[in-house]
Amino acid sequence: MADSYYDPKDLRKFGNITEWSEELGSKFFDYYSKVFEEGALSAREKSLIALAVAHVVKCPYCIDAYTKDGLQRGITKEEMMEAVHAGAAIESGATLVHGVQMMNKYNKLSM
Amino acid sequence: MATKSLKAQQSELSSANKQLEVLNNGIFADGELPYFKDKIAEIGHFPLRPTKLEILQINVGYMCNQVCAHCHVDAGPDRKEIMTKETMAQCLEVIKNTGAHTLDLTGGAPEMNPNFRWFVEEASRAGVKDFIVRSNLTIIRANKKYYDLPEFFKKHNVHVVSSMPHYTRGKTDKQRGDGVFDKSIKALQELNTVGYGIPDSDLRLDLVYNPSGAYLPGDQIALEQDFKKALREDFNIEFHNLFAITNLPISRFLDYLLASENYEDYMYALVEAYNPAAVANVMCTNTISVSWDGWLYDCDFNQMLDLKVASKIKHIKDYNEEVLTDRNIIISQHCYGCTAGAGSSCQGTVA
Ligand code: SF4
Ligand code: SF4
Repeated sequence: MADSYYDPKDLRKFGNITEWSEELGSKFFDYYSKVFEEGALSAREKSLIALAVAHVVKCPYCIDAYTKDGLQRGITKEEMMEAVHAGAAIESGATLVHGVQMMNKYNKLSM
Repeated sequence: MATKSLKAQQSELSSANKQLEVLNNGIFADGELPYFKDKIAEIGHFPLRPTKLEILQINVGYMCNQVCAHCHVDAGPDRKEIMTKETMAQCLEVIKNTGAHTLDLTGGAPEMNPNFRWFVEEASRAGVKDFIVRSNLTIIRANKKYYDLPEFFKKHNVHVVSSMPHYTRGKTDKQRGDGVFDKSIKALQELNTVGYGIPDSDLRLDLVYNPSGAYLPGDQIALEQDFKKALREDFNIEFHNLFAITNLPISRFLDYLLASENYEDYMYALVEAYNPAAVANVMCTNTISVSWDGWLYDCDFNQMLDLKVASKIKHIKDYNEEVLTDRNIIISQHCYGCTAGAGSSCQGTVA
């Protein structure tokens, strides 16, 4: 057993999840690859969305994977960083909008 | 960025044997990843055999005005291996009689060979259908004596294939050196001015793209569209096609992979992207590569690994196409670079 929770090499083994549940695993990977095909959004745009979400869900595997994917597609570092900021802005906005709830509660409880 | 070749630095990795030792051991010898030989045996392609000779690729010398970080030739200003006029004359005899439809001159910077112009003039008379010169672009701006190269290429109806790692300055200069981007842009504009690369023009100008790092090239068509759009909008530059080429793990690129601790991941990525459909069309099945000193190889990569053809004909002076075509191609783990994804060759994807 590894003595840390995350090992970069584990990403190579992602496909192995299918071994313990063939049907669900395969369905997931089919769905996954379909999602990232060219569609109404370009594969390039989806790669940047994935990168932003990878940061928001703080998945180190996805960050590695979509940084590399971006490089392969010729996406520049400025574009990548703006995508990360888009994710971060939504995430901090989601925190801050709860400030309204705090204000409501405060007002309700105060005389 | 290094300004000397591995050879001039007396690096251990400048030796072909050392490179082959890396490629044949480690994760492959451990059984973590399969040998290329076993992989192609699965689909009945071992031993790998040539089909029909279509491309004669001649390396006229390893001297170059640049020292790109990824260079598989380990080229640079300090390399003294230059094809002599005598060897060129032997090549011309072959060019006149070959069944190949394409002649492909490469280097280093082929233009730096002192007999380059004589060789192009002579070779262009032989009537080969497609006559390619691989020009790194900056050479055209490196010195006054090269300023007229676009006109010279045009006069001999040369098909220019040029390397351009990215359409942004930062990425280009990081891979190829400071100032390379601006010089390349200027050279492309000059090629356009004499008619190269213009849509419908017979003066062919194609670009080669290699990733500037430890990752594989993305989709060739998507990259071509991005390059076209950016170069047109920002610099008014036109070109015909973009060839996306995978960096093979040899020479300076191998040195970079090892030094940056990317070697294993990169080999995993190549093996994972292995595409059986690319095997039948790998470059060595239709190409012969000639070195500056006249030796014959399955491809430019095997030339750098000093793996001469496994044929009783090994030198241009004894050239015999029929005998040469009846040979087994020498392979090693670097070959995974040719079969990854859509495949990779000097003419771009193959699958
Ligand atoms: S990649 Fe081409 S331009 Fe760069 S050093 Fe090698 S031969 Fe010269
Ligand atoms: S590296 Fe050379 S020998 Fe190996 S597959 Fe590619 S072209 Fe053929």
